[in-house]
Amino acid sequence: MSIGRISSFLDIYIERDLKAGLLDEARAQELWDQLVQKLRIVRFLRTPDYDALFSGDPYWATECVGGMDVDGRALVTKSSYRMMHTLYNLGPAPEPNITVLWSNKMPAPFKRYCVKVSRDTSSLQYENDDLMRPFWGDDYGIACCVSAMRLGKQMQFFGARVNLAKALLYAINGGRDEISGEQIAPQTMPVTGGFLGYDDVMAKFGTTMEWLAKTYVHAMNCIHYMHDKYFYERLEMALHDRDILRTMAFGIAGLSVVADSLSAIKYGKIRVMRDQNELVVDYQNVGNTATPQFGNNDDRVDQIASSIVTSFMEKIRKHPTYRNATHTQSVLTITSNVVYGKATGNTPDGRRKGEPFGPGANPMHGRDSHGWLASCLSVAKLPYRDAQDGISYTVSIAPQKAHLSESQLVDEAVKAFDVFFDRGEFHMNLNVIDKETLEDAMKNPDKYPQLTIRVSGYAVNFVRLTPEQQRDVISRTFHGQI
Amino acid sequence: MPTVQALEPGSRHDLRVGISPDAPDEDQIKDREGTFGYCHSYETSSRYDGPGLRVVLFVSGCLLRCTYCHNPDTWHLKDGTYVSVDQVLRRLGDFAPSIRDLGGGLTISGGEPMVQLAFTRRIFAGAKEMGLHTAIQTSGFLGDRADEEYLSAIDLVLLDIKSSDPETYRRVTGRDIAPTLRFAERLAAMSKPVWVRFTLVTGETADPPNVDGIARFVAPMKNVEWVEVQPFHQMGSFKWKAMGLEYKLAHTLPPSRDLVKRVIGQFQAAGCQAR
Repeated sequence: MSIGRISSFLDIYIERDLKAGLLDEARAQELWDQLVQKLRIVRFLRTPDYDALFSGDPYWATECVGGMDVDGRALVTKSSYRMMHTLYNLGPAPEPNITVLWSNKMPAPFKRYCVKVSRDTSSLQYENDDLMRPFWGDDYGIACCVSAMRLGKQMQFFGARVNLAKALLYAINGGRDEISGEQIAPQTMPVTGGFLGYDDVMAKFGTTMEWLAKTYVHAMNCIHYMHDKYFYERLEMALHDRDILRTMAFGIAGLSVVADSLSAIKYGKIRVMRDQNELVVDYQNVGNTATPQFGNNDDRVDQIASSIVTSFMEKIRKHPTYRNATHTQSVLTITSNVVYGKATGNTPDGRRKGEPFGPGANPMHGRDSHGWLASCLSVAKLPYRDAQDGISYTVSIAPQKAHLSESQLVDEAVKAFDVFFDRGEFHMNLNVIDKETLEDAMKNPDKYPQLTIRVSGYAVNFVRLTPEQQRDVISRTFHGQI
Repeated sequence: MPTVQALEPGSRHDLRVGISPDAPDEDQIKDREGTFGYCHSYETSSRYDGPGLRVVLFVSGCLLRCTYCHNPDTWHLKDGTYVSVDQVLRRLGDFAPSIRDLGGGLTISGGEPMVQLAFTRRIFAGAKEMGLHTAIQTSGFLGDRADEEYLSAIDLVLLDIKSSDPETYRRVTGRDIAPTLRFAERLAAMSKPVWVRFTLVTGETADPPNVDGIARFVAPMKNVEWVEVQPFHQMGSFKWKAMGLEYKLAHTLPPSRDLVKRVIGQFQAAGCQAR
């Protein structure tokens, strides 16, 4: 759900009461603190299976601050500051999911404040207002994790995501599951030779993606038809216009694994290893092992990643949706990159069976080896036009050690954000924390009841993640500085 | 795994005795054209190697064997990857617009960039054409090789002065100090901006007279914008181990905060801008 832009919207009422002497600043702040407290005490009752996918207590009450309007005025109010200041008064927490709509044109002091809050709390996410405004205008909110929607004028049929890395393995194995050996996708011609050929695998993967897209759209149509039939959300729809735009939000997981695998096939020489049932279960690169990897601003592989996003979106668009919803797609996993990885066998990029995928659109852990700038520039190339439900990117930065004062540091980070979003990046979760703190929190959860970190699309309470998810977060690439 | 005795005379890693069987020697480096060179690696997001966000290119080949070296894997020229200057510049071009917007630039580090003088000359010239700020991280040992044209494409010299005392310098690096000091004086005479870098290692370079000597040498130089005290760290120790080298500083601890403060204070007392 999205709560829109309440801090900007309600600010005039606070301002009026301040002028009339009915409120002072401390009380105005307290009103926001109270609202945020109410948002924080909501807990969903969920099954353990659900928690394995989306854990850490999120329910995505996403509140947007900042951004510009279409006439060029900044939508920053005093209450935007007050909303973020609740993180100091009440301590960091996953909810509300505070989202800064970053525009390079926003006032500099506000940008500086955002960076400071990120550094102190790791509780903010950022989305590119300059990128979204041309699509959605200036009265959109962020729903779910990162999806832009015009407030009161749109609703979304949520569509989770598919595991594209597994689809690639199905393509190689003629539709059989690489772990169970069962025929899952329709039977197709498996890879027959001893090595993987790029054109051959791409053709097979294309066929598998066609089947997957068709199955996926059909499944979503069934789910949402039945959902509307038995649980139409009257109350929420009562807050919308009569004629609304419906989107059906599809999604993909494992993008960087697929891109790195295809790159390894193209630029290396991948020998396949089969088990006794003629199932390809492992891969060995016997050629050039320094194949391009996503996350290093290397067009050879970044273009593969972008083309996969576009190609899957096109395949999805071929199939009609329930209530003529507009097809959208996300590159976003929340914490499900761990579960999907667990259920996926060895992949041609060298990732081992069971190993988590990179979250969202992130490069695989440790493969973005040339610094955050290179990593950001790769992710920024993914086409928003074909992933309008959002492209999630999480950056973890160790606290600064360079010779910079606090104030210079904030300035540099603001500059970095401006450049990052100017290059077309859609989203950024920023964590400012070091590995040691996270490792300590795993061992001594009692010491860190409020330790909040950003994962793909939302913030979570670190100590409430499953141990696997905690290990996944720790194994991610930590950059030395921003 | 064979254990190579680190700097044993005649070992591949020992340049001090000048009889290393296959390591490059300053006279033997075939670097006339510079259209190809040996690179170790690069990084695009450093804030430690000059102003703003830096692309740092680590080239291989070094003639010093500092006991505290954190990049011993860059000592040997030919341990690097052989790449064309065109490829290096194409790659740099991928980052140039962002780096310019971030007020950063290119820093060539290593290794010792001046080992491959012609190669790095072309890279610096290419970076200048892209409008980038340029910096070189150097020990200054080969400073005599840097002609006016070479230096004209460099905006900032990050100059390592490891000691002021010839004996200490030789013990720590295996080489003479004179070329470095000569280079520093030449840079001062031409008013080339310099950040002097001093690696603080307990038991190696931390003696107060050693620090004072550098401070007295540097203080009158108006071109020196900063003296940066770099505390020794153990993050390079795994490389010594992986290379089978004996790491004499395996048990040396990073300097205490108080010691770092004392040394910065010494530089400041002598009139240096230090941090």
